[in-house]
Amino acid sequence: MTQPLISVEHVSKSFGGIQAVRDCSLTVQKGSITALIGPNGAGKTTLFNMVAGFMPPTAGRITLDGEDITGKPPHQLFARGLVRTFQIPHEFSAMTVLENLMVVPMEQAGESLLVALFVRGRIHKQESEIRERAEQVLEFLRLTHLRFERAGNLSGGQKKLLELARTMMTDAKIVLLDELGAGVNRTLLAELATDIERLNREQGYTFWLIEHDMDLIARLCDPVIVMAEGTVLTQGTMAEIQANPAVIEAYLGAGAAARRTAP
Amino acid sequence: MEQTLFGIMMYFVAMFTIGGIYAIIVLGLNMHWGVSGLFNAGIAGFFAIGAYTTAILTTPTSPKHLGGFDLPVWLGMLGSMVTAGIVAYGVGRICLRLRADYLAIATIGIAEIFRLVLKNETWMTNGTRGITNVPRPFEDFATPWSQIAFLGVVILVVAATYFIVERALDAPWGRVMRAIRENDTAAEAAGKNVVRFRLQAFVFGAMFMGLGGAMTAHAFKFIGPEATEPLLTTFLVWVMLIIGGSGNNRGAILGAIVVWAIWSMTQLVTGFLPPDWAVRASLLRVFLVGLLLQVMLQNFSGGLIPEKSPKIGDRQKQTPAP
Ligand SMILES: Nc1ncnc2c1ncn2[C@@H]1O[C@H](COP(=O)(O)OP(=O)(O)O)[C@@H](O)[C@H]1O
Ligand SMILES: [Mg+2]
Repeated sequence: MTQPLISVEHVSKSFGGIQAVRDCSLTVQKGSITALIGPNGAGKTTLFNMVAGFMPPTAGRITLDGEDITGKPPHQLFARGLVRTFQIPHEFSAMTVLENLMVVPMEQAGESLLVALFVRGRIHKQESEIRERAEQVLEFLRLTHLRFERAGNLSGGQKKLLELARTMMTDAKIVLLDELGAGVNRTLLAELATDIERLNREQGYTFWLIEHDMDLIARLCDPVIVMAEGTVLTQGTMAEIQANPAVIEAYLGAGAAARRTAP
Repeated sequence: MEQTLFGIMMYFVAMFTIGGIYAIIVLGLNMHWGVSGLFNAGIAGFFAIGAYTTAILTTPTSPKHLGGFDLPVWLGMLGSMVTAGIVAYGVGRICLRLRADYLAIATIGIAEIFRLVLKNETWMTNGTRGITNVPRPFEDFATPWSQIAFLGVVILVVAATYFIVERALDAPWGRVMRAIRENDTAAEAAGKNVVRFRLQAFVFGAMFMGLGGAMTAHAFKFIGPEATEPLLTTFLVWVMLIIGGSGNNRGAILGAIVVWAIWSMTQLVTGFLPPDWAVRASLLRVFLVGLLLQVMLQNFSGGLIPEKSPKIGDRQKQTPAP
């Protein structure tokens, strides 16, 4: 087996008394579309938060491309090509949709205060390039008509798309999507699935996504990792997962698997 | 008759001079709070550092305090911005990593420490007696022209400050700052080093607070520890920003002028009060300004000139993209 893109090794996280993630180990392979599923409160979002650098684990180690990234801040991981979206959209609400995207690209000369004050010439050209990329991303996600809208005025589903759009403003290696589908209508979701597949195939993005829509997962993802009570329950293809009584039990409670297999 | 007119004119010249100096400081605070959401409750500290730096740099040599170094005024003002910036860097390095409200507490504390140091380190600052003989540009001119020329300098510095902060905000740097203020977690997710940007804004804003302190020392040709009391600097500057319109640089300037006009007119009124009332006058003024703030916040919560938002979008609406 090749070196995994992401490797989570015996990671735990507790918030005071609550142990949200316990001794969790898993890998995400380069070029894959890996799913992370599990009942609410299983610790999926917390695991994403740790992998993307938004909170340090209480124990364990996380590597990206073989390099230890445990506890590294998000902007450093972003620079290494690891980006994420949020389950609850985090938009810059008083800024336009276009600005929300234009803020993202790295190494903008005009982000330096000195350049901003004294070397304006260097800003304009780069701004129009960034603008063009943002327009392309918006078109790809069918958001062009909203580009001058205040991001805070978007619907829940549109904000989710803006989350995805943000990850497309950089040349990411791996994108972590936290319940992108929740709140997005089904037609659009199907289109998004196609887009994700295309980005994966054509641009080599690796995706790791938390999702509840089983049809979407069945269509897109391999492998599927199942989390329950803070740790990895099992992992496999969708068919394997669906046939696993332990998974059904985790979702529906003890006894459910037995009842389901009875008739 | 002519004399009253002359008196009124001089009153306005003085009012706009001090109001203009306040505008520089309020622009600095707008960079901290209005733009970056950094709660600086120790404006007086940066003000004091700026005022004493230029006083020490530009006064003729004196046995009563450190220096003076007899440098030109513009160099003194530059020095004030540099020292205020360096101190802000130190404070920011420690405090900006912590939770947001710690910055308020830390800046109050640090401003108090500076005030005490300036009061007590007599070898450096001449203690409570302060530093005299601070040069004022054009002080050799005859009476109205000297004051008017200095007002000209103040207006020039306000204009330059306004130009600089607007330029920074109208660039990707300003866009990142607004993004951080909107949602710092999302800014992190967008790959921005939030702590570093905040530190830059903190240093940037503090430099103008230091510059305002320097201008004050030159305006009065004197700086003593009373000038750095938090009431006249920290409190009043905050009121100016909130009344003028937090987040808007033109609002910041207008707020400084309006509040200073009101403040100095109440001084005029309290001058007519019986002596035993006059003692309480300063408290009365604080009360009046507090009342004004209350009324403003209830009726115009965005200030006199509220922040325009979203800025870039508006402009681009007029020139749609290809
Ligand atoms: N910041 C936090 N502080 C305290 N508890 C938290 C925090 N974040 C998550 N938790 C708890 O950790 C557990 C796992 O949450 P989460 O990772 O959001 O689950 P999932 O995304 O799988 O639904 C839950 O019990 C949740 O209440
Ligand atoms: Mg979750």
